[in-house]
Amino acid sequence: MPRLIKDGRIVEEPTAPMLHSLEDWQALTDKTGTAVQLEPGDDLSPLLPHLGSIEVVAVSFPAFMDGRCFSYARELRERGYTGEIRAVGHFIRDQLTYLSRVGVNAFAPAGDLDLDDALGSLADFTEFYQASNNEPLPLFRRRT
Amino acid sequence: MYVYDRHDQKIVDERVAQYRGQTERYLAGELTDEEFLPLRLQNGLYVQRLAPMLRIAVPYGLLNTRQLRALAAISRTYDKGYVHISTRQNVQINWPELAEVPDILAELAAVQMHAIQTSGNCIRNTTTDQFAGVAADELADPRPYCELIRQWSTLHPEFAFLPRKFKIAVCGSREDRAAIHAHDIGIELVPNDAGVIGLRVLVGGGLGRTPVIGSEICPWLDRRHMLTYLEAILRVYNQHGRRDNKYKARIKILVKAMGVDAFRAAVEREWQAVKDGPTTLTEDAFEYAESFFTEPAYRELDGADEARALDRQCADEPIFGNWVARNTCEHRVSGYRSVTISLKATGYPPGDITAENLELLADLADRYSFGELRTTHQQNLVLADVAASDLYTLWQALQAEGLATPNIGYLTDVICCPGGDYCSLANAKSIPVAEALQARFDDIDYVYDLGPLDLNISGCMNACGHHHIGHIGVLGVDKKGEEFYQVSLGGSQGKDASIGKILGPSFRQDDMPDVIERILNTYVSLREEEESFLDTYRRVGIEPFKERVYATAD
Repeated sequence: MPRLIKDGRIVEEPTAPMLHSLEDWQALTDKTGTAVQLEPGDDLSPLLPHLGSIEVVAVSFPAFMDGRCFSYARELRERGYTGEIRAVGHFIRDQLTYLSRVGVNAFAPAGDLDLDDALGSLADFTEFYQASNNEPLPLFRRRT
Repeated sequence: MYVYDRHDQKIVDERVAQYRGQTERYLAGELTDEEFLPLRLQNGLYVQRLAPMLRIAVPYGLLNTRQLRALAAISRTYDKGYVHISTRQNVQINWPELAEVPDILAELAAVQMHAIQTSGNCIRNTTTDQFAGVAADELADPRPYCELIRQWSTLHPEFAFLPRKFKIAVCGSREDRAAIHAHDIGIELVPNDAGVIGLRVLVGGGLGRTPVIGSEICPWLDRRHMLTYLEAILRVYNQHGRRDNKYKARIKILVKAMGVDAFRAAVEREWQAVKDGPTTLTEDAFEYAESFFTEPAYRELDGADEARALDRQCADEPIFGNWVARNTCEHRVSGYRSVTISLKATGYPPGDITAENLELLADLADRYSFGELRTTHQQNLVLADVAASDLYTLWQALQAEGLATPNIGYLTDVICCPGGDYCSLANAKSIPVAEALQARFDDIDYVYDLGPLDLNISGCMNACGHHHIGHIGVLGVDKKGEEFYQVSLGGSQGKDASIGKILGPSFRQDDMPDVIERILNTYVSLREEEESFLDTYRRVGIEPFKERVYATAD
């Protein structure tokens, strides 16, 4: 059964969500419970009116150096999206802290990334300067 | 200067631990070269021609003497006993072992330093005026702003994998000594009509392959919006900057492609989403940052008395007087002066300094300048707060170690990247050209007669020597495997910033001293009265220079 990291734990997923490309997803008449995969370069705006009904947004990494998906995830969370954001593709374990901080809460890497190792990387940092998904206030509002 | 609290320290310590793990995984073959590349770059480590190079961050150029001594010790233990001051105010060591870099970073962390984001496609060290806080022409101290930007940009989760590198500079004075027009974002602290200091924001400046002067996208921004506004700019860039061609990936290309008005509109749109959110700066945040950049305990000095005494000393010892005239400048506080220590002595690579001299300067800074020292983007060092009555003993100590070269702002104060001697990106060597020019123009009176002159040398298009904004710029180029040098004239880095114009076909290394001499002779014959090189160039244009240089080149 496929395994992935979700909400800080390794879980098994009996049935993978049906990930639509942005174009296919836009053609769906009922968006309730749907899953859509964003590629770098896609326009986020068609999703915005449907954030309450989408179940999964996958952000895709065709190559790990392409950082556009970091902005997609952050923007989705800023606009109030509370469903799953799943990183898929060729990201590396060293990006997991950053990804979780911009609001990615599920990780389904392609290739042979060891999920136990990856889980460890989620805890690389415990203190942050910026406001982010796991820490709503920037450090300058929290210093004591 | 800024002092870490437990939060800052924890972030840096955790970063060292993370990088130690990454290095171990790389050495164990668990990370590929391609995967390790951005990780090591964002910790300052390049792999160079002969050895790795580690670039250590010096946030906005400020160092205390504990840090200076630590740098000296690190350069002895892990390197060859000298360091290089870069054109972005950072410190580089050229021979560390890749496996030892985590240990170096741990030693840096122990003195509140790091190498985070000194390289890679991320937000780099924020730079500023080396005379921040002491300059007589300052409107607002840029350092608290720089520190707030440093914190915001350090390990920013959204902007660690940008299309390309991203550089921010801040200036708070009438004269721009931070080259803000040549940065991805340039910030000028300016008052509005009510006299309230805010931010004038420039975007899309940069050197490299396509040199561009930054465009204004906001004439005055309330300072509490600084970080959300920066975030909006970075987000537009991260989403829309080109990633298909690294030569077209800088924000300047995006701003040109969209047009500055459309770019501004896109930033405004993104800004509305984050404006007034938690990242909006508070007065407390400014007060906290400002609390680290308060005045040192200046002595109450009688400025007029001090000036008379100094004049006497200068008259008694003209060599000292000359150094005072060339290497010190006016200070905001009466009776004090700021001293620039030239790292451009003939025979030494521009910007290099030995461990012993770093330690000497640490001692001198403790004795004469409140324990602080600054790096400059012209690759020199500054003791910012020296009492005029201490200048003579300071000068004697510097003079004894060859650190009193009186050439600040003159021809031989060459700005020069490490070039092909070290750097694997370079097309040509740059240090030998600088040395040949310093050797040719060794008549200091002639050099003074030429007046203020910026000569900048870059070993390749990446323009680390900022050749585009030198009054005379020299660029190393590769011509069928041979090293050649292209010359440009008329660049300038001030508030009237301009990009130099290429003179014509490039020259061989051996010919460079002659070429520069012909350019200088042309200037001398055409100048009117006290006209500077740049003013003459702007009046007569490039043609007379072109004619004379190429007419005699055959």
